Amino acid sequence: MTDTPLENIAPIFRAGTSDAEIEAAALKAIRRRKHAVLFWRLVILVGILGAWELAANRLWIDPFFYSSPSGIVMRLYEWITEGTAEGSLWFNLWVTMEEALIGFFAGSIAGVLVGIGLGRNQFLSDIFSVYIKAINSIPRVVLAPIFIMIMGLGLASKVALAFIMVFFVVFANAFQGVREADRNMIANARILGASNWQVTRTVIVPSAMSWIFASLHVSFGFAIIGAIVGEFVGARFGIGQLISIAKGTFDAAGMYAAIILVMLVTLLAEMIMTMIETRLAKWRPQQHTDMQ
Amino acid sequence: MKDNASQTPAIELINVSRRFVSPTGKSLTALRDFNMVVEPGEFVAVVGPTGCGKSTTLNLVTGLARPSAGEVRLMGGPVNGIDPRVGFVFQTDALFPWRNVIDNVMAGPLFRGKSHAEATRSARDWLARVGLSRFEQHYPHQLSGGMRKRVSLAQTFINEPEILLMDEPFSALDVQTRTVMHEELLRLWAERKASVIFVTHDLEEAVALADKVYVLTAGPATVKSVYPINLPRPRVVADIRYEPRFIEYCRTIWEDLRDEVEMSYRRASQAA
Repeated sequence: MTDTPLENIAPIFRAGTSDAEIEAAALKAIRRRKHAVLFWRLVILVGILGAWELAANRLWIDPFFYSSPSGIVMRLYEWITEGTAEGSLWFNLWVTMEEALIGFFAGSIAGVLVGIGLGRNQFLSDIFSVYIKAINSIPRVVLAPIFIMIMGLGLASKVALAFIMVFFVVFANAFQGVREADRNMIANARILGASNWQVTRTVIVPSAMSWIFASLHVSFGFAIIGAIVGEFVGARFGIGQLISIAKGTFDAAGMYAAIILVMLVTLLAEMIMTMIETRLAKWRPQQHTDMQ
Repeated sequence: MKDNASQTPAIELINVSRRFVSPTGKSLTALRDFNMVVEPGEFVAVVGPTGCGKSTTLNLVTGLARPSAGEVRLMGGPVNGIDPRVGFVFQTDALFPWRNVIDNVMAGPLFRGKSHAEATRSARDWLARVGLSRFEQHYPHQLSGGMRKRVSLAQTFINEPEILLMDEPFSALDVQTRTVMHEELLRLWAERKASVIFVTHDLEEAVALADKVYVLTAGPATVKSVYPINLPRPRVVADIRYEPRFIEYCRTIWEDLRDEVEMSYRRASQAA
Protein backbone atom coordinates (compact mmCIF):
# COMPACT_ATOMS: atom_id res chain seq x y z
CA MET A 1 0.00 0.00 0.00
CA THR A 2 2.91 2.34 0.53
CA ASP A 3 3.57 2.64 -3.18
CA THR A 4 0.11 4.02 -3.92
CA PRO A 5 -0.78 7.60 -3.05
CA LEU A 6 -4.42 6.68 -2.33
CA GLU A 7 -4.05 5.28 1.16
CA ASN A 8 -7.75 5.23 1.94
CA ILE A 9 -8.61 2.73 -0.74
CA ALA A 10 -9.27 -0.69 0.78
CA PRO A 11 -6.69 -3.29 -0.09
CA ILE A 12 -7.64 -5.69 -2.85
CA PHE A 13 -7.73 -9.27 -1.69
CA ARG A 14 -7.14 -12.35 -3.79
CA ALA A 15 -10.35 -14.13 -4.77
CA GLY A 16 -11.28 -16.73 -2.17
CA THR A 17 -10.06 -14.74 0.85
CA SER A 18 -12.45 -15.55 3.68
CA ASP A 19 -14.48 -12.89 5.53
CA ALA A 20 -12.60 -13.67 8.73
CA GLU A 21 -9.29 -12.90 7.06
CA ILE A 22 -10.59 -9.63 5.63
CA GLU A 23 -11.99 -8.64 9.03
CA ALA A 24 -8.73 -9.53 10.76
CA ALA A 25 -6.80 -7.43 8.27
CA ALA A 26 -9.20 -4.52 8.73
CA LEU A 27 -8.98 -4.74 12.52
CA LYS A 28 -5.22 -4.74 12.28
CA ALA A 29 -5.28 -1.68 10.03
CA ILE A 30 -7.59 0.13 12.47
CA ARG A 31 -5.32 -0.70 15.39
CA ARG A 32 -2.26 0.39 13.48
CA ARG A 33 -3.89 3.69 12.64
CA LYS A 34 -4.86 4.27 16.29
CA HIS A 35 -1.33 3.69 17.39
CA ALA A 36 0.00 6.02 14.72
CA VAL A 37 -2.35 8.80 15.87
CA LEU A 38 -1.33 8.32 19.49
CA PHE A 39 2.34 8.24 18.54
CA TRP A 40 2.18 11.54 16.64
CA ARG A 41 0.20 13.19 19.42
CA LEU A 42 2.95 12.27 21.89
CA VAL A 43 5.66 13.37 19.46
CA ILE A 44 4.07 16.80 19.14
CA LEU A 45 3.61 17.17 22.91
CA VAL A 46 7.15 16.11 23.74
CA GLY A 47 8.51 18.19 20.86
CA ILE A 48 6.83 21.40 21.93
CA LEU A 49 7.61 20.98 25.63
CA GLY A 50 11.17 19.96 24.81
CA ALA A 51 11.70 22.94 22.51
CA TRP A 52 10.29 25.26 25.17
CA GLU A 53 12.52 23.81 27.87
CA LEU A 54 15.55 23.94 25.65
CA ALA A 55 14.88 27.49 24.49
CA ALA A 56 14.41 28.67 28.08
CA ASN A 57 17.51 26.79 29.16
CA ARG A 58 19.67 28.28 26.43
CA LEU A 59 18.14 31.74 27.02
CA TRP A 60 16.79 31.93 23.45
CA ILE A 61 13.67 33.16 25.20
CA ASP A 62 13.69 34.98 28.50
CA PRO A 63 12.60 32.49 31.22
CA PHE A 64 11.60 35.47 33.35
CA PHE A 65 8.62 36.04 31.02
CA TYR A 66 8.18 32.66 29.42
CA SER A 67 9.16 30.37 32.29
CA SER A 68 9.85 26.75 31.32
CA PRO A 69 8.01 23.44 31.61
CA SER A 70 10.26 22.32 34.46
CA GLY A 71 9.69 25.63 36.25
CA ILE A 72 5.92 25.23 35.91
CA VAL A 73 6.03 21.67 37.22
CA MET A 74 8.16 22.85 40.15
CA ARG A 75 5.70 25.61 40.94
CA LEU A 76 2.76 23.19 40.79
CA TYR A 77 4.62 20.80 43.06
CA GLU A 78 5.35 23.59 45.47
CA TRP A 79 1.71 24.71 45.47
CA ILE A 80 0.55 21.19 46.08
CA THR A 81 2.99 20.42 48.90
CA GLU A 82 3.38 23.79 50.59
CA GLY A 83 0.28 25.67 49.52
CA THR A 84 0.08 29.02 47.75
CA ALA A 85 0.47 32.55 49.02
CA GLU A 86 -3.30 32.56 49.60
CA GLY A 87 -3.62 29.26 51.43
CA SER A 88 -3.95 25.71 50.16
CA LEU A 89 -4.09 25.17 46.41
CA TRP A 90 -7.07 22.87 46.71
CA PHE A 91 -9.01 25.50 48.58
CA ASN A 92 -8.34 28.06 45.87
CA LEU A 93 -9.25 25.59 43.17
CA TRP A 94 -12.42 24.70 45.02
CA VAL A 95 -13.42 28.37 45.34
CA THR A 96 -13.17 28.83 41.58
CA MET A 97 -14.95 25.55 40.88
CA GLU A 98 -17.74 26.38 43.27
CA GLU A 99 -18.34 29.70 41.53
CA ALA A 100 -18.16 28.14 38.10
CA LEU A 101 -20.34 25.12 38.92
CA ILE A 102 -23.11 27.09 40.63
CA GLY A 103 -23.08 29.59 37.77
CA PHE A 104 -23.04 26.79 35.22
CA PHE A 105 -25.93 24.82 36.66
CA ALA A 106 -28.07 27.83 37.48
CA GLY A 107 -27.31 29.42 34.11
CA SER A 108 -28.01 26.32 32.06
CA ILE A 109 -31.20 25.43 33.92
CA ALA A 110 -32.48 28.97 33.52
CA GLY A 111 -31.35 29.05 29.90
CA VAL A 112 -33.15 25.80 29.09
CA LEU A 113 -36.35 26.85 30.86
CA VAL A 114 -36.51 30.32 29.32
CA GLY A 115 -35.42 29.00 25.92
CA ILE A 116 -38.14 26.38 25.84
CA GLY A 117 -40.71 28.78 27.28
CA LEU A 118 -40.08 31.47 24.69
CA GLY A 119 -39.59 28.90 21.95
CA ARG A 120 -43.07 27.53 22.60
CA ASN A 121 -44.72 30.94 22.81
CA GLN A 122 -44.50 33.01 19.66
CA PHE A 123 -46.07 36.10 21.21
CA LEU A 124 -43.71 36.26 24.20
CA SER A 125 -40.73 35.57 21.99
CA ASP A 126 -41.73 38.40 19.63
CA ILE A 127 -41.87 40.76 22.61
CA PHE A 128 -38.67 39.69 24.34
CA SER A 129 -36.45 38.90 21.37
CA VAL A 130 -35.39 42.52 20.95
CA TYR A 131 -34.32 42.83 24.60
CA ILE A 132 -32.49 39.55 24.55
CA LYS A 133 -30.64 40.61 21.42
CA ALA A 134 -29.73 43.91 23.08
CA ILE A 135 -28.42 42.33 26.28
CA ASN A 136 -26.69 39.64 24.28
CA SER A 137 -24.66 42.24 22.42
CA ILE A 138 -23.08 43.46 25.66
CA PRO A 139 -19.69 41.78 26.08
CA ARG A 140 -20.40 39.93 29.32
CA VAL A 141 -17.07 40.57 31.00
CA VAL A 142 -17.75 44.30 31.28
CA LEU A 143 -20.42 43.38 33.81
CA ALA A 144 -17.78 42.04 36.20
CA PRO A 145 -17.01 45.38 37.91
CA ILE A 146 -20.72 46.11 38.31
CA PHE A 147 -21.44 42.73 39.86
CA ILE A 148 -18.50 43.12 42.22
CA MET A 149 -19.63 46.56 43.19
CA ILE A 150 -23.13 45.32 43.92
CA MET A 151 -22.42 41.90 45.38
CA GLY A 152 -19.01 42.28 46.92
CA LEU A 153 -15.80 40.29 46.66
CA GLY A 154 -17.32 36.94 47.66
CA LEU A 155 -19.02 34.09 45.90
CA ALA A 156 -22.15 35.87 44.68
CA SER A 157 -20.53 38.25 42.21
CA LYS A 158 -18.59 35.45 40.44
CA VAL A 159 -21.62 33.20 40.32
CA ALA A 160 -23.58 36.04 38.78
CA LEU A 161 -20.95 36.57 36.11
CA ALA A 162 -20.66 32.83 35.34
CA PHE A 163 -24.46 32.67 35.24
CA ILE A 164 -24.82 35.46 32.75
CA MET A 165 -22.08 34.00 30.52
CA VAL A 166 -23.75 30.58 30.48
CA PHE A 167 -27.35 31.69 30.33
CA PHE A 168 -27.30 33.33 26.92
CA VAL A 169 -25.47 30.53 25.16
CA VAL A 170 -27.78 27.85 26.54
CA PHE A 171 -30.85 30.00 26.06
CA ALA A 172 -30.06 30.70 22.40
CA ASN A 173 -29.52 27.01 21.68
CA ALA A 174 -32.55 25.79 23.58
CA PHE A 175 -34.68 28.38 21.79
CA GLN A 176 -33.32 27.37 18.40
CA GLY A 177 -33.72 23.69 19.26
CA VAL A 178 -37.39 24.24 20.06
CA ARG A 179 -37.88 26.13 16.81
CA GLU A 180 -36.25 23.37 14.81
CA ALA A 181 -38.53 20.67 16.22
CA ASP A 182 -40.18 18.84 13.37
CA ARG A 183 -43.68 20.22 12.55
CA ASN A 184 -44.93 16.80 11.48
CA MET A 185 -43.69 15.18 14.64
CA ILE A 186 -45.56 17.73 16.73
CA ALA A 187 -48.71 17.27 14.65
CA ASN A 188 -48.33 13.51 14.99
CA ALA A 189 -48.08 13.73 18.78
CA ARG A 190 -51.09 16.01 18.98
CA ILE A 191 -53.24 13.75 16.82
CA LEU A 192 -52.13 10.73 18.84
CA GLY A 193 -53.66 12.54 21.78
CA ALA A 194 -50.86 14.51 23.44
CA SER A 195 -51.73 17.57 25.50
CA ASN A 196 -49.62 20.72 25.14
CA TRP A 197 -47.50 19.73 28.11
CA GLN A 198 -47.05 16.19 26.75
CA VAL A 199 -45.96 17.62 23.39
CA THR A 200 -43.36 19.74 25.17
CA ARG A 201 -42.12 16.85 27.25
CA THR A 202 -42.07 14.10 24.64
CA VAL A 203 -41.30 15.97 21.42
CA ILE A 204 -39.95 19.46 22.04
CA VAL A 205 -37.48 18.76 24.84
CA PRO A 206 -35.95 15.62 23.31
CA SER A 207 -35.51 17.26 19.92
CA ALA A 208 -33.96 20.36 21.49
CA MET A 209 -31.65 18.14 23.53
CA SER A 210 -28.85 17.84 20.98
CA TRP A 211 -28.84 21.64 20.58
CA ILE A 212 -28.78 22.11 24.34
CA PHE A 213 -25.93 19.65 24.79
CA ALA A 214 -23.89 21.34 22.10
CA SER A 215 -24.20 24.57 24.08
CA LEU A 216 -23.39 22.91 27.43
CA HIS A 217 -20.02 21.84 26.07
CA VAL A 218 -19.06 25.42 25.34
CA SER A 219 -20.74 26.95 28.30
CA PHE A 220 -18.81 25.14 31.00
CA GLY A 221 -15.77 26.89 29.59
CA PHE A 222 -17.73 30.14 29.76
CA ALA A 223 -18.62 29.53 33.39
CA ILE A 224 -14.91 29.16 34.19
CA ILE A 225 -14.18 32.35 32.26
CA GLY A 226 -16.87 34.13 34.25
CA ALA A 227 -15.48 32.93 37.57
CA ILE A 228 -11.88 33.77 36.71
CA VAL A 229 -12.57 37.18 35.22
CA GLY A 230 -14.59 37.94 38.31
CA GLU A 231 -11.62 36.96 40.43
CA PHE A 232 -9.29 39.14 38.37
CA VAL A 233 -11.43 42.13 39.05
CA GLY A 234 -11.69 41.51 42.75
CA ALA A 235 -11.53 38.47 45.02
CA ARG A 236 -9.84 37.06 48.05
CA PHE A 237 -9.32 33.48 46.84
CA GLY A 238 -9.48 31.45 43.66
CA ILE A 239 -7.41 30.53 40.64
CA GLY A 240 -8.02 33.92 39.06
CA GLN A 241 -6.72 35.53 42.20
CA LEU A 242 -3.62 33.28 42.09
CA ILE A 243 -2.97 34.39 38.51
CA SER A 244 -3.50 37.97 39.54
CA ILE A 245 -1.00 37.64 42.40
CA ALA A 246 1.50 35.82 40.17
CA LYS A 247 1.19 38.70 37.70
CA GLY A 248 1.83 41.19 40.50
CA THR A 249 5.01 39.42 41.53
CA PHE A 250 6.20 38.75 37.96
CA ASP A 251 5.90 35.03 38.66
CA ALA A 252 5.53 33.62 35.13
CA ALA A 253 5.66 30.00 36.29
CA GLY A 254 2.81 30.66 38.68
CA MET A 255 0.61 32.06 35.91
CA TYR A 256 1.26 29.12 33.62
CA ALA A 257 0.71 26.66 36.47
CA ALA A 258 -2.69 28.19 37.20
CA ILE A 259 -3.60 28.09 33.51
CA ILE A 260 -2.71 24.41 33.33
CA LEU A 261 -4.84 23.64 36.37
CA VAL A 262 -7.84 25.32 34.80
CA MET A 263 -7.20 23.51 31.55
CA LEU A 264 -7.15 20.12 33.27
CA VAL A 265 -10.34 20.81 35.18
CA THR A 266 -12.17 21.97 32.07
CA LEU A 267 -11.01 18.93 30.12
CA LEU A 268 -12.29 16.70 32.90
CA ALA A 269 -15.67 18.42 32.88
CA GLU A 270 -15.81 18.09 29.11
CA MET A 271 -15.16 14.36 29.38
CA ILE A 272 -17.90 13.88 31.95
CA MET A 273 -20.31 15.82 29.75
CA THR A 274 -19.49 13.74 26.67
CA MET A 275 -20.09 10.59 28.69
CA ILE A 276 -23.52 11.76 29.82
CA GLU A 277 -24.41 12.85 26.31
CA THR A 278 -23.43 9.52 24.78
CA ARG A 279 -25.67 7.73 27.26
CA LEU A 280 -28.63 10.01 26.57
CA ALA A 281 -28.23 9.96 22.82
CA LYS A 282 -28.20 6.24 22.22
CA TRP A 283 -31.12 6.62 19.81
CA ARG A 284 -28.98 8.54 17.35
CA PRO A 285 -27.51 6.76 14.36
CA GLN A 286 -24.03 5.42 15.06
CA GLN A 287 -21.48 7.41 13.16
CA HIS A 288 -18.69 5.44 11.59
CA THR A 289 -15.91 7.72 12.69
CA ASP A 290 -12.34 6.80 13.28
CA MET A 291 -11.75 9.30 16.05
CA GLN A 292 -9.82 7.90 19.00
CA MET B 1 -71.90 0.91 0.83
CA LYS B 2 -75.49 1.55 -0.27
CA ASP B 3 -77.01 0.31 2.97
CA ASN B 4 -75.01 3.00 4.79
CA ALA B 5 -76.56 5.80 2.77
CA SER B 6 -79.27 6.41 5.37
CA GLN B 7 -76.68 6.85 8.19
CA THR B 8 -74.95 10.11 8.99
CA PRO B 9 -71.78 10.42 6.93
CA ALA B 10 -68.49 9.96 8.80
CA ILE B 11 -66.88 13.00 7.24
CA GLU B 12 -68.53 15.91 5.49
CA LEU B 13 -66.92 18.97 3.99
CA ILE B 14 -69.61 21.45 2.98
CA ASN B 15 -68.66 24.40 0.74
CA VAL B 16 -65.32 24.65 2.47
CA SER B 17 -62.78 27.30 1.55
CA ARG B 18 -59.38 27.76 3.04
CA ARG B 19 -57.28 30.87 2.57
CA PHE B 20 -53.78 31.44 3.82
CA VAL B 21 -52.72 34.99 4.57
CA SER B 22 -49.00 35.63 4.52
CA PRO B 23 -47.41 37.99 7.09
CA THR B 24 -47.19 40.63 4.34
CA GLY B 25 -50.94 40.42 3.87
CA LYS B 26 -51.12 38.52 0.59
CA SER B 27 -53.78 35.88 0.55
CA LEU B 28 -53.62 32.53 -1.16
CA THR B 29 -56.64 30.32 -1.66
CA ALA B 30 -55.88 26.64 -1.27
CA LEU B 31 -59.43 25.29 -1.28
CA ARG B 32 -62.55 26.78 -2.84
CA ASP B 33 -66.14 25.59 -2.46
CA PHE B 34 -64.97 22.15 -1.60
CA ASN B 35 -67.57 19.44 -1.04
CA MET B 36 -66.88 15.89 0.03
CA VAL B 37 -68.80 13.14 1.78
CA VAL B 38 -67.26 9.99 3.26
CA GLU B 39 -69.68 7.33 4.49
CA PRO B 40 -68.85 5.21 7.55
CA GLY B 41 -66.42 2.47 6.57
CA GLU B 42 -65.78 3.97 3.17
CA PHE B 43 -62.32 4.23 1.63
CA VAL B 44 -62.00 7.46 -0.31
CA ALA B 45 -58.93 8.38 -2.31
CA VAL B 46 -58.16 11.94 -3.36
CA VAL B 47 -56.00 12.56 -6.41
CA GLY B 48 -54.96 15.86 -7.89
CA PRO B 49 -52.01 17.72 -9.31
CA THR B 50 -49.06 18.43 -7.03
CA GLY B 51 -49.52 21.29 -4.61
CA CYS B 52 -53.22 21.76 -5.34
CA GLY B 53 -54.28 21.67 -1.70
CA LYS B 54 -54.85 17.97 -1.09
CA SER B 55 -53.09 18.00 2.27
CA THR B 56 -55.04 21.08 3.34
CA THR B 57 -58.25 19.03 3.20
CA LEU B 58 -56.81 16.57 5.65
CA ASN B 59 -55.64 19.27 8.06
CA LEU B 60 -59.18 20.65 8.12
CA VAL B 61 -60.57 17.26 9.10
CA THR B 62 -58.01 16.76 11.91
CA GLY B 63 -58.82 20.14 13.40
CA LEU B 64 -55.20 21.28 13.06
CA ALA B 65 -56.53 23.95 10.69
CA ARG B 66 -59.89 25.70 10.48
CA PRO B 67 -61.83 26.43 7.31
CA SER B 68 -62.02 30.10 6.27
CA ALA B 69 -65.56 29.47 5.13
CA GLY B 70 -67.92 26.50 5.06
CA GLU B 71 -68.25 23.65 7.48
CA VAL B 72 -66.48 20.42 8.34
CA ARG B 73 -68.50 17.77 10.16
CA LEU B 74 -67.35 14.52 11.73
CA MET B 75 -70.02 11.90 12.46
CA GLY B 76 -72.61 14.65 12.15
CA GLY B 77 -70.94 16.99 14.67
CA PRO B 78 -68.76 20.04 14.11
CA VAL B 79 -64.96 19.81 14.41
CA ASN B 80 -63.70 21.41 17.61
CA GLY B 81 -59.97 21.06 17.95
CA ILE B 82 -58.30 17.72 17.48
CA ASP B 83 -60.80 14.89 17.48
CA PRO B 84 -59.76 11.72 19.36
CA ARG B 85 -61.51 9.57 16.76
CA VAL B 86 -59.06 10.69 14.08
CA GLY B 87 -55.85 8.90 13.12
CA PHE B 88 -53.29 10.35 10.73
CA VAL B 89 -50.47 8.74 8.76
CA PHE B 90 -47.92 11.24 7.49
CA GLN B 91 -45.99 11.34 4.26
CA THR B 92 -42.64 11.87 5.94
CA ASP B 93 -41.35 10.07 8.96
CA ALA B 94 -43.20 11.35 11.99
CA LEU B 95 -41.95 8.69 14.41
CA PHE B 96 -40.07 9.90 17.47
CA PRO B 97 -36.45 9.00 16.69
CA TRP B 98 -35.43 8.98 20.37
CA ARG B 99 -37.95 6.30 21.27
CA ASN B 100 -37.62 2.67 20.34
CA VAL B 101 -40.28 0.90 18.30
CA ILE B 102 -42.51 -0.22 21.15
CA ASP B 103 -42.36 3.15 22.91
CA ASN B 104 -43.35 4.81 19.65
CA VAL B 105 -46.37 2.54 19.27
CA MET B 106 -47.32 2.99 22.94
CA ALA B 107 -47.28 6.77 22.68
CA GLY B 108 -50.94 7.15 21.68
CA PRO B 109 -52.49 5.09 24.49
CA LEU B 110 -50.15 6.70 27.05
CA PHE B 111 -51.05 10.21 25.84
CA ARG B 112 -54.68 9.23 26.25
CA GLY B 113 -54.18 8.19 29.85
CA LYS B 114 -54.10 4.41 29.56
CA SER B 115 -51.95 2.55 32.08
CA HIS B 116 -48.43 1.53 31.13
CA ALA B 117 -49.24 -2.17 31.33
CA GLU B 118 -52.30 -1.81 29.15
CA ALA B 119 -50.39 0.29 26.60
CA THR B 120 -47.58 -2.27 26.47
CA ARG B 121 -50.03 -5.09 25.95
CA SER B 122 -51.80 -3.49 23.03
CA ALA B 123 -48.53 -2.20 21.53
CA ARG B 124 -47.18 -5.78 21.51
CA ASP B 125 -50.40 -6.91 19.90
CA TRP B 126 -50.17 -4.29 17.13
CA LEU B 127 -46.50 -4.93 16.52
CA ALA B 128 -47.36 -8.58 16.03
CA ARG B 129 -50.04 -7.64 13.52
CA VAL B 130 -47.60 -5.61 11.43
CA GLY B 131 -44.97 -8.33 11.80
CA LEU B 132 -42.43 -6.36 13.82
CA SER B 133 -42.45 -8.24 17.13
CA ARG B 134 -38.75 -8.95 16.82
CA PHE B 135 -37.93 -5.25 16.49
CA GLU B 136 -39.53 -3.92 19.69
CA GLN B 137 -36.25 -2.58 21.04
CA HIS B 138 -34.92 -1.12 17.79
CA TYR B 139 -34.75 2.59 17.16
CA PRO B 140 -36.34 4.03 14.01
CA HIS B 141 -33.00 4.75 12.35
CA GLN B 142 -32.16 1.05 12.56
CA LEU B 143 -35.19 0.09 10.44
CA SER B 144 -35.82 0.20 6.70
CA GLY B 145 -38.29 2.69 5.21
CA GLY B 146 -40.97 0.03 4.86
CA MET B 147 -40.54 -1.12 8.45
CA ARG B 148 -40.75 2.45 9.72
CA LYS B 149 -44.01 2.83 7.81
CA ARG B 150 -45.35 -0.30 9.51
CA VAL B 151 -44.45 1.21 12.87
CA SER B 152 -46.33 4.36 11.84
CA LEU B 153 -49.35 2.27 10.90
CA ALA B 154 -49.24 0.43 14.24
CA GLN B 155 -48.80 3.78 16.04
CA THR B 156 -51.91 5.14 14.33
CA PHE B 157 -54.08 2.01 14.42
CA ILE B 158 -53.46 1.34 18.13
CA ASN B 159 -55.78 4.25 18.92
CA GLU B 160 -58.46 2.46 16.88
CA PRO B 161 -59.40 5.55 14.86
CA GLU B 162 -62.85 5.63 13.32
CA ILE B 163 -61.54 8.16 10.85
CA LEU B 164 -58.25 7.49 9.18
CA LEU B 165 -56.47 10.19 7.22
CA MET B 166 -53.46 9.36 5.11
CA ASP B 167 -51.32 11.96 3.39
CA GLU B 168 -49.36 10.26 0.59
CA PRO B 169 -48.19 7.76 3.20
CA PHE B 170 -46.30 5.46 0.85
CA SER B 171 -44.87 7.95 -1.64
CA ALA B 172 -41.36 7.71 -0.21
CA LEU B 173 -41.21 3.91 -0.54
CA ASP B 174 -39.89 1.93 -3.49
CA VAL B 175 -42.44 0.29 -5.77
CA GLN B 176 -42.21 -3.25 -4.39
CA THR B 177 -42.42 -2.15 -0.76
CA ARG B 178 -45.32 0.09 -1.66
CA THR B 179 -47.33 -2.85 -3.02
CA VAL B 180 -46.63 -4.84 0.13
CA MET B 181 -47.74 -1.89 2.23
CA HIS B 182 -50.97 -1.60 0.20
CA GLU B 183 -51.83 -5.19 1.06
CA GLU B 184 -50.94 -4.57 4.68
CA LEU B 185 -53.09 -1.43 4.84
CA LEU B 186 -56.13 -3.13 3.27
CA ARG B 187 -55.78 -6.06 5.65
CA LEU B 188 -55.63 -3.82 8.74
CA TRP B 189 -58.42 -1.62 7.44
CA ALA B 190 -60.71 -4.59 6.69
CA GLU B 191 -60.56 -5.66 10.35
CA ARG B 192 -62.21 -2.54 11.67
CA LYS B 193 -63.42 -0.60 8.63
CA ALA B 194 -62.51 2.95 9.55
CA SER B 195 -63.61 5.71 7.20
CA VAL B 196 -60.55 6.64 5.20
CA ILE B 197 -59.40 9.65 3.22
CA PHE B 198 -56.26 8.66 1.36
CA VAL B 199 -54.47 11.50 -0.41
CA THR B 200 -52.12 10.49 -3.20
CA HIS B 201 -50.76 11.66 -6.51
CA ASP B 202 -50.54 8.07 -7.72
CA LEU B 203 -53.70 7.27 -9.64
CA GLU B 204 -53.16 3.50 -9.70
CA GLU B 205 -52.70 3.47 -5.95
CA ALA B 206 -55.97 5.38 -5.59
CA VAL B 207 -57.93 2.99 -7.83
CA ALA B 208 -56.41 -0.12 -6.25
CA LEU B 209 -57.31 0.90 -2.69
CA ALA B 210 -60.42 3.04 -2.77
CA ASP B 211 -64.19 2.73 -3.01
CA LYS B 212 -64.44 6.24 -4.41
CA VAL B 213 -61.85 8.45 -6.12
CA TYR B 214 -62.11 12.23 -5.94
CA VAL B 215 -60.33 14.17 -8.67
CA LEU B 216 -59.36 17.69 -7.67
CA THR B 217 -58.70 20.66 -9.91
CA ALA B 218 -55.41 22.52 -10.05
CA GLY B 219 -55.25 24.98 -7.12
CA PRO B 220 -57.33 26.52 -5.69
CA ALA B 221 -58.61 23.00 -5.33
CA THR B 222 -62.20 22.09 -5.75
CA VAL B 223 -63.77 18.75 -6.62
CA LYS B 224 -63.72 18.14 -10.35
CA SER B 225 -65.36 14.73 -10.39
CA VAL B 226 -66.01 11.65 -8.27
CA TYR B 227 -65.60 8.08 -9.52
CA PRO B 228 -66.99 5.09 -7.64
CA ILE B 229 -64.67 2.09 -7.99
CA ASN B 230 -66.67 -1.11 -8.13
CA LEU B 231 -63.89 -3.64 -7.84
CA PRO B 232 -64.66 -6.58 -5.51
CA ARG B 233 -63.02 -6.83 -2.08
CA PRO B 234 -60.86 -8.32 -0.69
CA ARG B 235 -58.50 -7.05 -3.35
CA VAL B 236 -55.05 -8.39 -4.10
CA VAL B 237 -53.22 -5.21 -4.98
CA ALA B 238 -50.33 -6.98 -6.69
CA ASP B 239 -52.69 -8.66 -9.17
CA ILE B 240 -55.49 -6.17 -9.52
CA ARG B 241 -53.48 -3.84 -11.71
CA TYR B 242 -53.61 -6.36 -14.59
CA GLU B 243 -57.40 -6.65 -14.59
CA PRO B 244 -59.13 -4.99 -17.53
CA ARG B 245 -61.63 -3.14 -15.34
CA PHE B 246 -58.84 -1.69 -13.25
CA ILE B 247 -57.08 -0.46 -16.37
CA GLU B 248 -60.36 0.95 -17.67
CA TYR B 249 -60.89 2.92 -14.44
CA CYS B 250 -57.37 4.26 -14.53
CA ARG B 251 -57.72 5.36 -18.14
CA THR B 252 -61.05 7.13 -17.56
CA ILE B 253 -59.84 8.97 -14.49
CA TRP B 254 -56.52 9.85 -16.07
CA GLU B 255 -58.32 11.50 -19.03
CA ASP B 256 -60.02 13.70 -16.47
CA LEU B 257 -56.96 14.34 -14.31
CA ARG B 258 -54.57 15.06 -17.18
CA ASP B 259 -55.97 18.53 -17.95
CA GLU B 260 -55.48 19.58 -14.33
CA VAL B 261 -51.98 18.18 -14.14
CA GLU B 262 -51.05 19.96 -17.35
CA MET B 263 -52.54 23.22 -16.15
CA SER B 264 -50.71 23.00 -12.83
CA TYR B 265 -47.48 22.20 -14.66
CA ARG B 266 -47.96 25.15 -17.04
CA ARG B 267 -48.55 27.49 -14.11
CA ALA B 268 -45.51 26.24 -12.26
CA SER B 269 -43.27 26.74 -15.27
CA GLN B 270 -44.71 30.22 -15.88
CA ALA B 271 -44.06 31.17 -12.28
CA ALA B 272 -40.48 29.93 -12.51
